[in-house]
Amino acid sequence: MFALVRYCARITDQTLREMGRMGIFLSVALLHVFLPPVPGTQFLRRLHFIGTRSLLLIVFTGAFTGMVVAFQGYIALRRFGGEAFLGPGVGLSLIRELGPVLSALMIAARAGSALTAEIGIMRITEQIDALEVMALNPIKYLVVPIVLAAVLTFPLLSSVFVVVGIYGGFLVGVKLLGVSSGAYFSQMSSAVTSDDIWSGVAKSLSFGLIVAWVCCFKGFYADRGAEGVSHATTQAVVMSSVLILVWDYFLTSVLF
Amino acid sequence: MIRIVNLRKAFGHQQVLAGVNLEIPDGAIYTVIGRSGAGKSCLLKHLIGLLRPDQGEVWIDGEEITSLRGQALNRVRARFGMLFQGGALFDSLSVYDNVAFPLREKTRLSEAVIREKVQERLTQVGLSDMEKKFPSELSGGMRKRAALARALVSEPEILLFDEPTTGLDPIRVNAIHHLILDLHRLLHFTAVIVSHEIPEIFSLATHVAMLHEGVIVAVGTPTEIQESPDPVVRQFITGEIEGPIEVN
Repeated sequence: MFALVRYCARITDQTLREMGRMGIFLSVALLHVFLPPVPGTQFLRRLHFIGTRSLLLIVFTGAFTGMVVAFQGYIALRRFGGEAFLGPGVGLSLIRELGPVLSALMIAARAGSALTAEIGIMRITEQIDALEVMALNPIKYLVVPIVLAAVLTFPLLSSVFVVVGIYGGFLVGVKLLGVSSGAYFSQMSSAVTSDDIWSGVAKSLSFGLIVAWVCCFKGFYADRGAEGVSHATTQAVVMSSVLILVWDYFLTSVLF
Repeated sequence: MIRIVNLRKAFGHQQVLAGVNLEIPDGAIYTVIGRSGAGKSCLLKHLIGLLRPDQGEVWIDGEEITSLRGQALNRVRARFGMLFQGGALFDSLSVYDNVAFPLREKTRLSEAVIREKVQERLTQVGLSDMEKKFPSELSGGMRKRAALARALVSEPEILLFDEPTTGLDPIRVNAIHHLILDLHRLLHFTAVIVSHEIPEIFSLATHVAMLHEGVIVAVGTPTEIQESPDPVVRQFITGEIEGPIEVN
């Protein structure tokens, strides 16, 4: 019993310390976002890595998500004779939830894991120390470009996901299952408001910050060689994914 | 001059530095020898503020640096160069871009001037034909030489070497030592070298200090250290298993 209490106390202590370090890390990174100079070359490199190179994956997953939502939606709505509302169903679910959340999860898995591994390897091979010796701030040089690129690309990729998903839903609902094309789009446009769109953008923007923060932090403090980097990468993806879903719940309860 | 006063550092319950005192004169090639895990690299990282001591002081030309932060620390660091154990070259950059990196990031020099300086350093370390290669395409010795070129390109007054020849064959060890000696004659920097390459390091150093169990147990010229009657120093230099140093 005493051993259990001691174990719980140790875990709580470790968790609180980790949360404190993560909080300080985020504060320092955000402070440096607003302090010149912006590392332009690094920013463009990260923009390309997180944004452009995730595009195909987002198009692919967006299309199939829209298709499956349309299929399931059609089956459910047909029971009540409400097939005409397939458009709003697909549109709202993609714009409010599935677009921001699924695109963030996909980017965390593809780009977030790679960024953690890259920064982790830089840590264990003393490349981060080398930056410090050259009187360069590694948070400014490595983390800030990733934060900026993620905050910019996540909403854009989420928008791509939504648009492709809507057309995926159109393909299944209208072309395959025979829902009226006019009803699909007109009902959607009357049901979706600008608040829905802005809330989706706000969500994906905050998810971008979460993924950049967690993945950079885990890489930055990786240790114990290759095993440590592997551990940090796994932790980064798991923690990013869990935080995205938890934060999504809180944002949804506040925004809607 | 670099002056280290009563430097102490522990990681958890492990006391790595237990009161190190050392004076490194300007222009010296000062070598710190000691067993693996004795705290040599840890000592080196304190000189440039990569680690902060639990207690003690590090003075660089009359300025105490352990309490410095931000810009003040960066100003001191700008006087240093460091050659890391594994080179610490940036994987994503070519040899040329690695060497040009400190100049591009920290100076306003034109690309033409940077090119001239980088080529000069690469020629000095014998890598003038390797500038387009990436670190992963280089041998261990080449990586060390490229890292040395990067450390030298901003013309530091003090150059720190963290085991510059570890993992290299004897010929490459000698080649790197000769390179350091030649560049030291040419550029007159103060060199602090952490090494356990015995006896090769004695032909390179002007001063030698031995770190053992967190403290400096012997200081002197290479000849004085080689002739030291101290049983700890003797055992380390001769590499005998029996003696005051326990073999784990």
